[in-house]
Amino acid sequence: MASRVQQGGRPGGSRFSQFKLVLLGESAVGKSSLVLRFVKDQFDDYRESTIGAAFLTQTIALDETTTVKFEIWDTAGQERYKSLAPMYYRNANCAVVVYDISQASSLDKAKAWVKELQRQANENIIIALAGNKLDLVTENPDKRAIPTADAEQYAKEAGLLFFETSAKTSENVKELFTAIAKKLPLDQGGPRNIRSGPRQGVDLRPEASSTVGASGCNC
Amino acid sequence: MAAQNPSTPPSSELPTVPFTQEGTELAKDTPAAPSRETTPPPLPPRPKIYGLLGDRPPTSGGLRVPSSAKRPGLQSKATTALSLGELHAQTNRDGSPASCQTRARGRSRSGSEVDDSASIRSFAPTMQADGDIESLLGEVLGDSEIQTWKIMGPQFPGGQSQGASIFGNGPEFEEAFEHEFDELTELETDGSNEELVVKQWKAKLKHFLVLSSAGKPIYSRHGDDRLISNYIGIIQTIISFYQGANDSLKGFTAGNVRFAILSKGPLNLVAISKLDESDQQLRVQLESLYMQILSTLTLPSLERMFKARASTDLRRPLQGTEILLSALADGFTRGSPSTLLSALECLKLRKSHRQVINNTLLKTRSPNLLYGLIVASGKLVSVVRPKKHSLHPGDLHLIFNMLFEAGSVKAGGGENWIPLCLPGFNNTGYLYMYVSFLNVNNTSEQVRERPSTSSGEDEVAILLISANKDGFFELKKMRDELVEQLDKNGSLAFMTAAIKRGRPSCTDIIPGTTLRHFLYKSRGNVQFTMPSFDPYFSTPIARRRLLTLYTHLHTHLHTRPTHLKIHHTTSGNCLTLAWTTPLFDLYAVAPGTTSRAALAQAANRVVQWVRREEERVFIIGGAVF
Repeated sequence: MASRVQQGGRPGGSRFSQFKLVLLGESAVGKSSLVLRFVKDQFDDYRESTIGAAFLTQTIALDETTTVKFEIWDTAGQERYKSLAPMYYRNANCAVVVYDISQASSLDKAKAWVKELQRQANENIIIALAGNKLDLVTENPDKRAIPTADAEQYAKEAGLLFFETSAKTSENVKELFTAIAKKLPLDQGGPRNIRSGPRQGVDLRPEASSTVGASGCNC
Repeated sequence: MAAQNPSTPPSSELPTVPFTQEGTELAKDTPAAPSRETTPPPLPPRPKIYGLLGDRPPTSGGLRVPSSAKRPGLQSKATTALSLGELHAQTNRDGSPASCQTRARGRSRSGSEVDDSASIRSFAPTMQADGDIESLLGEVLGDSEIQTWKIMGPQFPGGQSQGASIFGNGPEFEEAFEHEFDELTELETDGSNEELVVKQWKAKLKHFLVLSSAGKPIYSRHGDDRLISNYIGIIQTIISFYQGANDSLKGFTAGNVRFAILSKGPLNLVAISKLDESDQQLRVQLESLYMQILSTLTLPSLERMFKARASTDLRRPLQGTEILLSALADGFTRGSPSTLLSALECLKLRKSHRQVINNTLLKTRSPNLLYGLIVASGKLVSVVRPKKHSLHPGDLHLIFNMLFEAGSVKAGGGENWIPLCLPGFNNTGYLYMYVSFLNVNNTSEQVRERPSTSSGEDEVAILLISANKDGFFELKKMRDELVEQLDKNGSLAFMTAAIKRGRPSCTDIIPGTTLRHFLYKSRGNVQFTMPSFDPYFSTPIARRRLLTLYTHLHTHLHTRPTHLKIHHTTSGNCLTLAWTTPLFDLYAVAPGTTSRAALAQAANRVVQWVRREEERVFIIGGAVF
């Protein structure tokens, strides 16, 4: 599962880039729902826990000439899957760390993920913090457990993109992914970014390969 | 030819059967095995020690619970590298020398097929039981037999004869079954509606409880902690009372409810049933729940947790798998032929078509692949496997349950990468499963793209299992090639057609027959086939009643000391037949107006049909590398 960033020109001057994105966060904060909204524009009220991890792709057009394809790893939030997480974020170009704005503990968990990503993942990884379930709070402001300002402050200090989202109403979902796409190094075309060398074996070192650094820097 | 998977131990044995017989018995609780953590063999050989059946449930009245004492005790033991000798020991319930006979007979057949099927057939001929047909009519059991059976299991109140209780269960049963899968009303915080909720809870026909030996609740199909904690306490007290006396409790009856208990190391699993199931059948179901728990945690990690802290709360590590346990539990409550028979069902496909699919699997096989499966709505289409590893039906049942019953994987709509332990294969470590659903109704172009979530019936799943946790993209590539090839060579179309055709009806198989339904299990192949549930058993309640009937027949056939070959039951509205030979088990149901001779004749016709269609309804060998 090495980096699979592909960028390059297409006839007509259009640009196409491909990035690996990973979703992390406590269980039941809505990671899969965010992905389902983003990829299929659907929402299930009753969604069962993700088992293992799901791999999906979605392509968005930033403007008339620029398309970005996300390869998305939607991971399961349960504790028992934690040891597998490095496999998914190892070569990720970007990450969405999700918490539930009606559950105070979920932000702590999100902070732990951010810390782990900043320590272990690709050093140029773009991290977005998403406070999900905004619809709950819109209906009933008492349900909010995490003030927007607090999370925003934290995101600013940690250098993260920040959105409060609702997978249910789709509020800010597209915006979240678009903002990430805009921060990614789209302009770095060229062959050196097309598919890093042969992937083989398991490399558990935090900095998995130099190709990732090459493709992920210089925003 | 094939690159050896790093996790497969060398073995000189060449079992040629794709599936290993599931141990439908539970061994007497073996003393806790020493922890395997220090030296985890990747694939331990099947232990040679066979667990014998332990204590009888008190109500068995001295009758011995099921046969097959010669089987390896637990599914949790590895089933890999099964030798032929062991296989036959397993498939012969009574340990009679019939296996030799089987083999000898088989050799005389001319197996001439291209792949593995030649060697398979020589060891697992489905047919050849002509000698038994004569006795088909000779061993009809009278009512006295039914009386004997009665004392072995719970009864519905009223104690009618079995036949009557099957299709004659009154409106209460229907009512209860209709609400069986409803959620309980939420218990109010002040407990004001407790009476109502408890009433709902008690009305359930079936409960499954899992608790730790320290008495902590781990899983309950119905009711939350607050509701069930009292009952958990009571059941724990009863279980530990017997454990204290070194005489572990296997089951008991209270009123019309049967309790079956399975103790597995630090876990106690309890099934509570009003569905007239035998202890053996209930324990197979509990065993399956236990395997699901192992599949999530692996045995060493389960043992480690409880060793570190006896009061471990297992719900946390199992978080998110309740849906899998409940899907299994509900499958048992609805009635599962696959679990009853401990066998798999395959998609009926022409032999040449399956051959093409097998060859495509072999051709596209990637180096780190351990098992590759193509599954259509719970029925196996094809399997590719290393020569020395067969697949365990219990493991496949867990996988099918996850993919086709629990639904969360499919609902995600993407490709999936799922770490799981297949306890029948190796209960000490994880494998990684790549899952992709195809919507075969779409055009080929779309098939290659992301599948859409849609009605489950026409969906095909590609499952690729590897021991390499970083193998996702490798297997994804294999999947893409596989689907492209299958599309190109027409196999996808064959599969779609077969799925659309569904199971044949009884009258398709035997024109004009009065036979309503049957189950045919090939014991050598560990697979079964059956006709469509339509038109007589289309509703869930009708299906449940049919399965109850089969459950009774299965109990008759496989409960000692009766040890029957043929069993007939007649009641006002149905006539049934159960027939076992070393090669197959057959259960058949016809309306009560049918003559016994006609049913016997129909049974023979079914057997002939299976003989003719053997390589269509069963996977013989599969693709082996």
